[in-house]
Amino acid sequence: MSDVLLDVKNLTVHHGQLRAVDDVSFEVHQGEVLTMVGANGAGKSTLLRTIAGLHRQTSGTIAFNGTDLGKLAPQRRVRLGISLVPEGRRLFESLTLEENLKVGAHRNTKGAFTIERIYELFDWMPARRRQRAWQFSGGEQQAIAIGRALVANPQLLLLDELSLGLAPIVIERIYALIPDIVAHGVGILLVEQDVALGVGVANRVHCLLEGTTSLVGAPAELTPQQIERAYFGSDVRHAAPSSEGTS
Amino acid sequence: MPLLQLDGVSKKFGQVVVAQEITFELEEGAALGIIGPNGAGKTTLFAMISGDVKPDAGEITFDGQNLGHLSQAARARLGIGRTYQIPRPFEHMTVFENALLAAQQGARTRGQASYALAYDALVRTGLADLANTSAGTLPLLHRKRLELARALATRPRVLLLDEIAGGLTDPEVNELTVIIRSFSAEGIAVVWIEHVVRALLSTVDRLLCLSSGAIIADGDPSDVMASEAVRSIYLGGRVINEALNQ
Repeated sequence: MSDVLLDVKNLTVHHGQLRAVDDVSFEVHQGEVLTMVGANGAGKSTLLRTIAGLHRQTSGTIAFNGTDLGKLAPQRRVRLGISLVPEGRRLFESLTLEENLKVGAHRNTKGAFTIERIYELFDWMPARRRQRAWQFSGGEQQAIAIGRALVANPQLLLLDELSLGLAPIVIERIYALIPDIVAHGVGILLVEQDVALGVGVANRVHCLLEGTTSLVGAPAELTPQQIERAYFGSDVRHAAPSSEGTS
Repeated sequence: MPLLQLDGVSKKFGQVVVAQEITFELEEGAALGIIGPNGAGKTTLFAMISGDVKPDAGEITFDGQNLGHLSQAARARLGIGRTYQIPRPFEHMTVFENALLAAQQGARTRGQASYALAYDALVRTGLADLANTSAGTLPLLHRKRLELARALATRPRVLLLDEIAGGLTDPEVNELTVIIRSFSAEGIAVVWIEHVVRALLSTVDRLLCLSSGAIIADGDPSDVMASEAVRSIYLGGRVINEALNQ
């Protein structure tokens, strides 16, 4: 296995009284995709936000490239090479599409992703680049948020609910990019509500259940039954009356 | 007579066309799914039906009545219920109070009848145990359930659902589709915008695809899924393959 990019040890995070993340440890290596799987409320987003510096941990350590991040502010972590695509389209609404991308690119980091590359990826963007962010539909805003994180050319990309609100064909296009991104040595920590999609692109899968680690492994080693159990914490089959599974 | 009728409805935001002469009818108790690329005008279509956005041209008729000059509140009282992509409950009120407001203002009930309607909506959406919880503390799945409960407590005849499954995990989506199917089983017409196509296909009996504000396909869900135009502008390959493997 290649070099360790992110090293999370015994991390515990509280939301007020609630222990949202409970003694979780894992590593993300260069050029690897680690997918976090778990129900809503399992602590996935809290985990990502804590790594980005938006939440303070109660205990445990987060090291990036061998250096403890301690209480480093979020913007300092961005400078080190950690970018977060937050859940729920947090754009600068009064700025234009292009200005939002420029905010992401302001460090001028060399890498695979330029604003031009993002425009190729989302071909509707160039014609509307001077429109304000609030004028875009929900899914369009999600695409802009992804573009804004990519143009920073981070070493570690934290993706929260990547496919949220996007048309299937756009999701396919974004997922097709992932091998290209990791080929440059970037590590990706992915949270995805679509388990099949998230597991499909992962080198390793980490399941969270009520804040604790319930299963870890490479997709090829895990059965759908194991993942399902890690989700619900029991063997009880889900009571879905339809014929479809979680495919 | 159809429950809901749109006739030549058009809308532009500046130069961006979000509705081009949209015409369709919805029967009582029908379950219609709406898909389409990002920015196709799906949410705007709902906004025009619910009265949040005024069309530039065309007519919308509900139960034989032209909605033209009716306010959002008046439309809600006629029986048009709507949920939003990003749930915004009254965060400082309890779950029950949120549903109660909908029962009082939307369904125009008072006293015991409001309590019964609100409580029933919470039971139906699996929120009864959380009735006294502050709505602001709910995690996403429960916020989505509360969106449904609030819409249900207005006693809708048509329910407009905007990406209610977005951001939920597969098992959570299954839980919601069970609830949504129970609505249409009892005669509430459902119109559901969703990118989680699997969930839609398990629920709707008709599928409509919008692109750049125009209807490019409308009919039996499997026919629409098989349409070359829908496939090339919206679905791509993966979803089709999954649908075929079901």
